[in-house]
Amino acid sequence: MQQVIHFILKNSHRLLFFLLLGISIFLTIQSNSYHKSRTISSANVIVGYTYEKIDNLKKYIHLKEVNEELAKENANLKQFLFNKKDTILSTPISLPKDLLQYKIIQAKVTKNSFDVYDNYLSINAGKIDGINEDMGVINSKGVIGIIDKTSNNYATILSILNTKSQLNAKIKNTNHFGTLTWDAKNTGFVQLIDVPRLANLKKGDTIVTGGQSVIFPENIPIGKIDKAYIDKKTNYYTIRVRLFNDMTNIGYVYIIDNTKKKELIQLENSYDEQ
Amino acid sequence: MNSSFVMNIFRFIFLIILQVLLFNNIKLFGYLNPFVYILFIILYPVNSNKSILLLMSFLLGLTLDAFSDSGGIHATACLIIAFLRPTFFRFSFGLSYEYQTIKISERVTSERITFILLLVFIHHLIVYTLELSRFNLFLDLILRTVFNTLFTSFICILSIYLIKPNKR
Repeated sequence: MQQVIHFILKNSHRLLFFLLLGISIFLTIQSNSYHKSRTISSANVIVGYTYEKIDNLKKYIHLKEVNEELAKENANLKQFLFNKKDTILSTPISLPKDLLQYKIIQAKVTKNSFDVYDNYLSINAGKIDGINEDMGVINSKGVIGIIDKTSNNYATILSILNTKSQLNAKIKNTNHFGTLTWDAKNTGFVQLIDVPRLANLKKGDTIVTGGQSVIFPENIPIGKIDKAYIDKKTNYYTIRVRLFNDMTNIGYVYIIDNTKKKELIQLENSYDEQ
Repeated sequence: MNSSFVMNIFRFIFLIILQVLLFNNIKLFGYLNPFVYILFIILYPVNSNKSILLLMSFLLGLTLDAFSDSGGIHATACLIIAFLRPTFFRFSFGLSYEYQTIKISERVTSERITFILLLVFIHHLIVYTLELSRFNLFLDLILRTVFNTLFTSFICILSIYLIKPNKR
């Protein structure tokens, strides 16, 4: 026993080194794995607060440019205002129905699910109301999912909280696209993967639907960037998106019918046939 | 002793602030950020308690990791160079370094430059090895290490030269 104590005392410096080395290597390895839940990151209070302050400071420095931009925009809008035509005199525009690209159908969610891997919602509208498979579903806050199956009076929605769900999404006001998936961990968050490393993004940026999908129109809000990191394997961004919607509490939804979808798909398929 | 302890704490905090606010944003050629914070380990008094140096280096690295989302990379690198510091001393100042009262911050000589270069090189090598271990980018690793070592060392030596503390 005495020898053990003697050994520890004699090598305390070295033992301390190995202990700390063990901890730091453990932290390094853990941060490389997919879920970096337990590592120390900039998501903690002190660091987050510091970064927020730094960002505020940076914003302050750029205030002048922002002001100028706003003034320019104001001038533009004023120009519109002063040159406005008298709307009462002009006849109301009525587009023929065939020309509308997107039709909106309203429905109510009758069954909601969010606690398993593959979640589906049910709505009280079906084929009779004009609902078909692969139509987009949104509500006032953002994207809900895609119509999966339909019957005459009912339809099911493949929720975005579904591990099979893969939506095309992008960062607002850029053209950096990614795929929206769900890792089945938290109902408040989804993951946007395969965003190129070049994308200039930061926490709080809005994620919207991308224009590459035939299901959703462009620029429907989805959520905000909560955390973004570069996947060490693929070298692409993986972004954790905080949904605007509370997926556990959904009432009325709108189903988007893209009337030009068939035409577009036909056109794209014509390459495969050749 | 007491004043040097306070001085060390002050240096610790000051260097972290400087690193996070300034040096982490330099991004020379897109990827070179000098890790000037290791000046703390370089300037730590030669004959002070080594275990405290280990602990402080670990904390220093960990704080920086928190700010740059890098897990434990900086903590590992700092810890290793803090542990190897006596070896570097022996290498650059000769065997009897402990009996001389060397103060790194006193003058910039070739021995001190050797010491700084060695320390910085090992640190950067560890940091980049851990950071890039996923990609098989050996050439990139070496290039980054070498260039950033030169960059960091340059700024370190410059800082020491410029801020000589209380010159009689």
